[in-house]
Amino acid sequence: MDILDYLKEERNKDWRKNLRSQIKTKDRTKTKKVKMPEENPDIRNTNNIEVNSGLTKEQALLEASRCIDCANPTCITGCPVGINIPKFIKNIESGDFLAAAATLKETNSLPAVCGRVCPQEIQCEEQCFYTTKLKLPPVAIGYLERFAADFEQNSGEISVPQVAEKNNIKIAVIGGGPAGLATATDLIKFGYDVTVFEALHEIGGVLKYGIPEFRLPNTIVDVEINNLKQMGVKFITNFIVGKTASFDDLRKEGFKAFFVASGAGLPNFMNIPGENFINIFSSNEYLTRVNLMNAANDNFDTPVFSGENVAIIGGGNTAMDSVRMAKRLGAKRAMIVYRRSREEMPARVEEVKHAIEEGIEFLNLHNPIEYFADEKRRVKSMKLQKMELGEPDDSGRRRPVPIEGAIEEIDVDTVVVAVGVSPNPLIPRSLSDLEVSKWGTIIVNDDMQSSIEDIFAGGDIVRGGATVILAMGDGRKAAIGINKYIKQKIKK
Amino acid sequence: MDNKIVEKIQFSENVVKLIINSPYIARSRKAGHFVIVRVDEEGERIPLTIAGSHPENGTIMLVIQRVGVSSAKLCDLNVGDTILDIVGPLGEATKIHKVGTILACGGGVGVAPMLPIVEAFKEAGNRVISIIAARTKDLIILEDEIRKHSDEVVIMTDDGSYGNKGLVTKGIEDIVAKEKINEAIVIGPAIMMKFAALTTKKHNIPTQASLNTIMVDGTGMCGACRVSVGGQTKFVCVDGPEFDAHLVDFDEMIERLGAYKDQEIIAHEKHEHKCKSKHQ
Repeated sequence: MDILDYLKEERNKDWRKNLRSQIKTKDRTKTKKVKMPEENPDIRNTNNIEVNSGLTKEQALLEASRCIDCANPTCITGCPVGINIPKFIKNIESGDFLAAAATLKETNSLPAVCGRVCPQEIQCEEQCFYTTKLKLPPVAIGYLERFAADFEQNSGEISVPQVAEKNNIKIAVIGGGPAGLATATDLIKFGYDVTVFEALHEIGGVLKYGIPEFRLPNTIVDVEINNLKQMGVKFITNFIVGKTASFDDLRKEGFKAFFVASGAGLPNFMNIPGENFINIFSSNEYLTRVNLMNAANDNFDTPVFSGENVAIIGGGNTAMDSVRMAKRLGAKRAMIVYRRSREEMPARVEEVKHAIEEGIEFLNLHNPIEYFADEKRRVKSMKLQKMELGEPDDSGRRRPVPIEGAIEEIDVDTVVVAVGVSPNPLIPRSLSDLEVSKWGTIIVNDDMQSSIEDIFAGGDIVRGGATVILAMGDGRKAAIGINKYIKQKIKK
Repeated sequence: MDNKIVEKIQFSENVVKLIINSPYIARSRKAGHFVIVRVDEEGERIPLTIAGSHPENGTIMLVIQRVGVSSAKLCDLNVGDTILDIVGPLGEATKIHKVGTILACGGGVGVAPMLPIVEAFKEAGNRVISIIAARTKDLIILEDEIRKHSDEVVIMTDDGSYGNKGLVTKGIEDIVAKEKINEAIVIGPAIMMKFAALTTKKHNIPTQASLNTIMVDGTGMCGACRVSVGGQTKFVCVDGPEFDAHLVDFDEMIERLGAYKDQEIIAHEKHEHKCKSKHQ
């Protein structure tokens, strides 16, 4: 069935019609947007408790009633995984929260994750009728997604999505992050025999090693992964395809197609003098030590150094995660150092707001140009070049240009470099026939198929560093591509 | 891939050889590769260079020196115990080719990762001269195995308790005085590699050093292992572990290896205390 027909059919069901008739659209639009309850900033910045505590039932019911159940739901066009947004929200309004969660899981395998970390403000919520036509705050789609997913997780009645009859065709998914998990979900629904190979000792990718507990608790991720296990997805940790076994080895073991979602696991540095001094870390290292390896917990062996004057270089979400982590690890000054102004920072508005509340300092229009160390080669200060905004660059943002002679030096004992990542080189290096771009990303066609016909790819290894939800969108597209490829193979 | 220990040999008080069930890695590893090991739920991820494998039996060999908490935990494991996580083989394999005469210098437990490299160079038809160096006789390891794959073996001990008295650098000088060396490889403590490299540089012998830095993931993700090679930052895990020894900034590497020294001392004392109270 065509997607539009499906949406129409669902919308024309009696319960939806009844709901629409119960409150006048005009009255719906009069209700104010809900405010997410948050932990007290002065307390939360000393612990790892999740900052957003989630909507109450009453809040969710009221917020769901704001959605006018548009005939042409533009919000869906903003969703990379195509969630039937009005259907799940109307299920919330009618009080059937489990049905709302089941709706989310029709197309999204990680709703509790996406409800927390998606940048809804530039996706579904940006396309919401309230935003585009009424010029009012959008329906809080993200908060509602999280509400429904959490409700299901806490209900003890977690639904396992239906899967097609097993076809016994083996597919290998390489990488257990968002892209890999999304593909695995759809492929298992189609009936394939799916194995996810993960390089680390835990499944989840960036959801586990990168995003901190205070933004996305690991237990939330584990529940979603368990759901996939119940659907029949197999997981193998500590296995690097291309190293532990080659693609050919796995082909011999019967795998008919591969989805490479190995991520953007190579941190960028700025290549400025002194960057290899001790206590200058990549954000990947800093966050992995704390999030994946539990370094801040005395019972674990992995150490982490985090001092009193911590500078994080960068203005993205990873920089915000790192700086807020530094505060929680005891920093007196936890600073963002970013070469553009605050308006140009790529981080989500919500993360910046939370950071400000938690006492994070912002050194905008500052760019590090050199580090200095003590006699033990530990970083002790950094030289900053002050910047001003010039003409717009390719990204449309005003280009930062150095102000001649405006240089200052500040004391730091810890520096975290969060200036982006490059594609992980392990898989491209293990396949000489694989076509890659000059940046090292895998080149794919519209079906997410690479230059090697049985190898598909998606997520950051194709995009070079994006969001959880875009990776998941790729994963879903690749599942369709793989299904098409296998069907054609069988015909032959 | 059950990571079970099938054999344990105590080389000396603080050095242990473990033979571990790991069929995939046993098949795919090559000389120069390493693995990342996490011994238990609370454990760190640490890199260990593979000292050999038996593809038919599905086992790999690791040699571990007790220095901190993680290595102590590994050294205390026994036959039948299981290591929680082992992943690999990682890094780029040693570039093995026929060049003529190879000088392989191993210091301390560095002799373990040197073994497969010596083996491979010999197999490729080279004349292989190996130097095994250690502080004292007890710390000389894998002598028989190295002898099996070398044309000539020189033993050096700092205290003269076995072989020749002196550092690895003296061993190199003695050999260079006798015959032409085409290429050298040095593996061992960073300080030993630094001076071995200075010595071979003096004689213009192209030299590779196999570096063992701090790592977390071992797959290029964290950058903890970065070193300066010829003024450029490289990741030991994905660009190495072997680099042109004459271009490596060993002083920087030595300092970076000590990044967590304070924490390590505290952790080690805590671990010792825990072990003692367990035995009482």
